[in-house]
Amino acid sequence: MKFLCVDCDRQMLFEERQLPGDGTLAAAFRCPQCGRAVGLLTNPMETQLVASLGVKIGGTTIDPQPLETVRGMVTTGRDEAFAEGTGDGGRGTSVTWSVEAQERLARVPNFVRGMVKKIYADYARDRGLAEITPAVMDTARSELGLEGM
Amino acid sequence: MPLNIRTYHELTEPDRSGLPGQIAAQRRRVAARLAGVGRVVALMSGKGGVGKSFATAGLARALARGGWAAGVLDADFNGPTIPALLRIPVTGCTLHENGVEPPVSPEGVRCFSMALLLQDGRPLGFRGPEAESHVWRETLEAAALREFLADVAWGALDRLLVDLPPGIQRFQELAELLPAPPAVLTVTIPTTESRDAVRRAMQFARERGAELLGVVENMVDGPFTGDAGEALAREFGVPLLARIPWHPTQDVWDEVARRMEGVA
Repeated sequence: MKFLCVDCDRQMLFEERQLPGDGTLAAAFRCPQCGRAVGLLTNPMETQLVASLGVKIGGTTIDPQPLETVRGMVTTGRDEAFAEGTGDGGRGTSVTWSVEAQERLARVPNFVRGMVKKIYADYARDRGLAEITPAVMDTARSELGLEGM
Repeated sequence: MPLNIRTYHELTEPDRSGLPGQIAAQRRRVAARLAGVGRVVALMSGKGGVGKSFATAGLARALARGGWAAGVLDADFNGPTIPALLRIPVTGCTLHENGVEPPVSPEGVRCFSMALLLQDGRPLGFRGPEAESHVWRETLEAAALREFLADVAWGALDRLLVDLPPGIQRFQELAELLPAPPAVLTVTIPTTESRDAVRRAMQFARERGAELLGVVENMVDGPFTGDAGEALAREFGVPLLARIPWHPTQDVWDEVARRMEGVA
């Protein structure tokens, strides 16, 4: 999928992705010549198809987590299906979670919670953030393309 | 006056999404994970109820007893039975940075299965729009297969057996995900109905470049009559590796393993 600014005959570049939380996805592309922006709006079916492929519109800056699609999409998984092993990949520095962020994390099913927690923690560390708040989680979801997390 | 619009392939500027690149990276992860696997063998049949999972488990345990490092990927996501057949208790799977640790059977067979992840008695359910779910469900199951291949820390294995569900769809997905088509061991029961269904599956596998290792005929001394195993072996020019009775002993599976490995 690519977008062409027909007037300028230039390929438009991905700029931003937004996840309204209703199963849809919005992505903005901009012409590097005239600056015109267009929005790609996908319905829940189209969003699901992209997610099913395990790819992210706009790309991602983080490595895939083990069983990322299975853990993110299966709704009938056992709460105790996964136990976190040792080691944090040498990333070291811990981040804290605000009360509100902890409450939000607690609403994530156990089956996928460990992965979600790690993704947000890595995101915060990479950006030098000491605390994870709901606002940080929202930004990470959009930036990283974490549809549905 | 029609607009002059360039085509997809004519646009070659760097694309941050890089969706083809993301797909290629997924394939590379599969190849990297399986670099330590000597051979992937798909247990296949054109129909259900012939005992593929039973044969997969029996063969895997025999391989382990014979000194081969064996693993089983249970690719029947909607009817997973391999952990039970390998006598692996369903407990938490340990996650590490580099993947999921597969549980190990008493004989030393490494295994991964949807049965290890699902709630007792619950079918495999996916998050997503309910309407027209058939459009995306198979794609998600293919993604699960890719992750079972790439994200399970299989380690060094002589043989990774893949227990396929009935039909040919999962084989197609497996063949596309692997760097090369898997070898195929087909399982049939003696009947002509089974022969005809399995024939289609074998033809499908052969047309996609898979090596056919042989045929295992299962349930031979029970109520089923026919010579499907022999007929298929003759037609495809492959060995009939075994005719498995209703209650096979350990020796029967050991013989299948040796014949498959060419050491009988």
